Amino acid sequence: MKRRDFLKTSAGAGLMAGAAFRLGRYDNLMTSRAGNAKYDMVAIKGGSPEAMFDLGIQELGGMKTFVSKGQKVLVKPNIGWDVVPEFGACTNPLLVARVIEHVLRAGAKEVYVFDNSVDYGPSCYKTSGIERAAKNAGAKVVPAHSERYYQQVEIPGAVVLKKVKVHEVLLNTDVFINLPILKDHDTTRMTACLKNMMGVIWDRKWWHSNNLDQCIADYGLFEKKPSLHILDCYNVMFRNGPRGISKQDVVQMKSQIITTDWVAGDTAATRLLGIETSRIAHVPLASKLGLGTMNIDALNIKRIQM
Amino acid sequence: MKTPFLRKFRILFSAVVFICFFLVFVDLKNLIPVNYINILLSLQFIPSLLKFFDLRTFITAGFIAVLILTLLTGRTYCSFLCPLGIGQDFFSRIGGRIRKKFRRYGYKKPFTVIRYTLLGITAVITLIWGVYMLTLLDPYSIFGRFMTYFVKPVVIVINNFAEGILAKFDIYSLIHVPVLGFKPFVYIVPAVFALLIGGLSLTKGRLYCNMICPVGTLLGLFSKLSLFRIRIDESTCTRCGRCSIGCKSSCIDFLRYDIDVTRCVDCFNCIKICPDKAISYSLVRLKKKTPETDPGRRRFVAGSLLLLLGIPTVLRGQEKKVPKATKQSTVKEDKTCPVCPPGGISIEDFQQDCTACSLCISNCPTGVLQPAWLEYGVSGIMQPVMDYHRGFCNYNCTKCTEICPTNALHPLVLEAKKLTQLGQVHFIKDNCIVKNEKTACGACSESCPTKAVYMVPYEGDLVIPETNPEICIGCGQCEYSCPTTPYKAIFVNGNPVHQVAKKPESTEAEIAIPDEFPF
Repeated sequence: MKRRDFLKTSAGAGLMAGAAFRLGRYDNLMTSRAGNAKYDMVAIKGGSPEAMFDLGIQELGGMKTFVSKGQKVLVKPNIGWDVVPEFGACTNPLLVARVIEHVLRAGAKEVYVFDNSVDYGPSCYKTSGIERAAKNAGAKVVPAHSERYYQQVEIPGAVVLKKVKVHEVLLNTDVFINLPILKDHDTTRMTACLKNMMGVIWDRKWWHSNNLDQCIADYGLFEKKPSLHILDCYNVMFRNGPRGISKQDVVQMKSQIITTDWVAGDTAATRLLGIETSRIAHVPLASKLGLGTMNIDALNIKRIQM
Repeated sequence: MKTPFLRKFRILFSAVVFICFFLVFVDLKNLIPVNYINILLSLQFIPSLLKFFDLRTFITAGFIAVLILTLLTGRTYCSFLCPLGIGQDFFSRIGGRIRKKFRRYGYKKPFTVIRYTLLGITAVITLIWGVYMLTLLDPYSIFGRFMTYFVKPVVIVINNFAEGILAKFDIYSLIHVPVLGFKPFVYIVPAVFALLIGGLSLTKGRLYCNMICPVGTLLGLFSKLSLFRIRIDESTCTRCGRCSIGCKSSCIDFLRYDIDVTRCVDCFNCIKICPDKAISYSLVRLKKKTPETDPGRRRFVAGSLLLLLGIPTVLRGQEKKVPKATKQSTVKEDKTCPVCPPGGISIEDFQQDCTACSLCISNCPTGVLQPAWLEYGVSGIMQPVMDYHRGFCNYNCTKCTEICPTNALHPLVLEAKKLTQLGQVHFIKDNCIVKNEKTACGACSESCPTKAVYMVPYEGDLVIPETNPEICIGCGQCEYSCPTTPYKAIFVNGNPVHQVAKKPESTEAEIAIPDEFPF
């Protein structure tokens, strides 16, 4: 199911790449090392965020599997907080830059970066180091802290979240790459792939007051799904999340999870944090909506120790 | 010096000053460094005066520079440095364009009683009770409010229009800013002054500056001693009267070759107008003159001063008492005390120096600073107050404390600001989503920068907020993000006197990182 969804999201030329990926015949498209067959997930450990990504994306067939020439790509990191990178509250800027470089090298016409921050947006962009890193890497950093950027869309099949306002850049891009950071979260207990979507929508208050967990899961049904999830687990905030109050809230896990299935990605993340997956309510709910599998032991996972 | 160069210099200089002031108030992307703002504002007379009396260091004594300037050159401040004065000149010019043939200023008698009475009242009230009159009459503050209340929204609308067009072309260099407006009542005072000053400057030149403005009147007194003045050369003057007709201060009595220095703002227009080149700006030659005093007039002034001393007492009577520290919250979202911006030290201290120039309101990135209506009582109208329904105080921001020209908000370094407790958090469980809807929420706790709001186990797998007011800094993020309406389930009640919050405790990490992937 997830792959079918993935196919749908790959538009135009992307369809070709997507099809190749699905059938496991990367060889035609790939200039670099051909993937040792298909993985549902690549988990890497022990390197720098950039090196881990270089290696991991190669195992998935390179960025060209996901991005085709001339496409517009949205890379959506977590830039929720006005804190420095060491706090582990926002996605590692080095990783953001590296992902953008890969996307551009794959031939993307334009890369966009934004997040609807919780703290004051422009300050978050600046303090997190992501604005500068992304701009230097060649991406366009788009503001997201005013309602004007958001357009209402419908989500057929949603339990609660029938309508939602999403950022116009999400609607105007061809490929969506999700780039969350793994963190403790005092409401949902964990934030990773699914929860990161709260930064592409406007009215978070509505979500909070209308069954937050169900809203997070429901949003996964929206047609513009991320085709790739890169979960930054380098500096992991294990308490006082999602903002953190000091650097002591952070442990260096030096890991990264790259996957096309966000439910599987979140399930793997719960295990990294040592939490029972069923306690992160939005993950089973998303699984129930058919957004992915929680049974990651049945998946084909490539584990790399650097 | 008879050259028209002086006038050109004045126009150029004042235009630059005005543009700088304009930009400082409409800096939508916060691009102007705080230092530049401070330099620009250091020479504003009233703010500098207030800052000096608050800090008592001569580094802040820009007003002394202004007084010295006045003793040397007359009221050049009014034409070169006062943004409100420059703005009026601009308006006068427009007015002149509209009614070219009809507008003739001509010499008018000064409004001596009115202006000295207002100066006296302002001085007395300021010395005895507080800055209330300065709030109303300080020209810089009036200008600041015009910018913040009327001009900035227009700039924002233009900005948003341009932003919308650029975004169509995939350019996102401008930021869209919502126009929200303030509480309707706070527009009353600025609107009255806008009509008054706008109307007077369109038709009567600098009449506002010479009749009402206390700074103008005070500098007028000092300029009686000034070294450089506008002078009419009696031997070359043909008494054509053109200078007088063109004088926007209406201060040239050409028949007597006399120029009223207390009203002359050194605009140098007359030098240019004079066809006989009889007017110059030069070192004064002292003329012996017997002082004309009218004892009756003096008595009147003294009498009215005494009478008007009563006004602030009346004002005080109506004042809503700013409550002193409260202990326990009630169940309703009922703020017993407004939250005063960081650096204010205490509401009382803050109110003593704030002239409601609104620079902080204009520059606050999140829009949490709003002009107060009656939150601080009648005396605090238009002063900035933290409105957590409109915004929150960004943890890493100290901008308002750094730019305040009167030192009503004392500069805070970031580390100090992060421990300044503006108020304390209060949780109203009966309003909370978690209790009422039995679903997860936690918006308050997520955004809390100190974890003064944190989640504890509730029914089933749910968690519900709990608070630790000791480490709360009252930034209002919890209140702002709380989704309940109309009343919030969590709110910040202001501290009448700002407190020092405890540092959030933090222990070393105790988590085992698995060597292998646990999946």
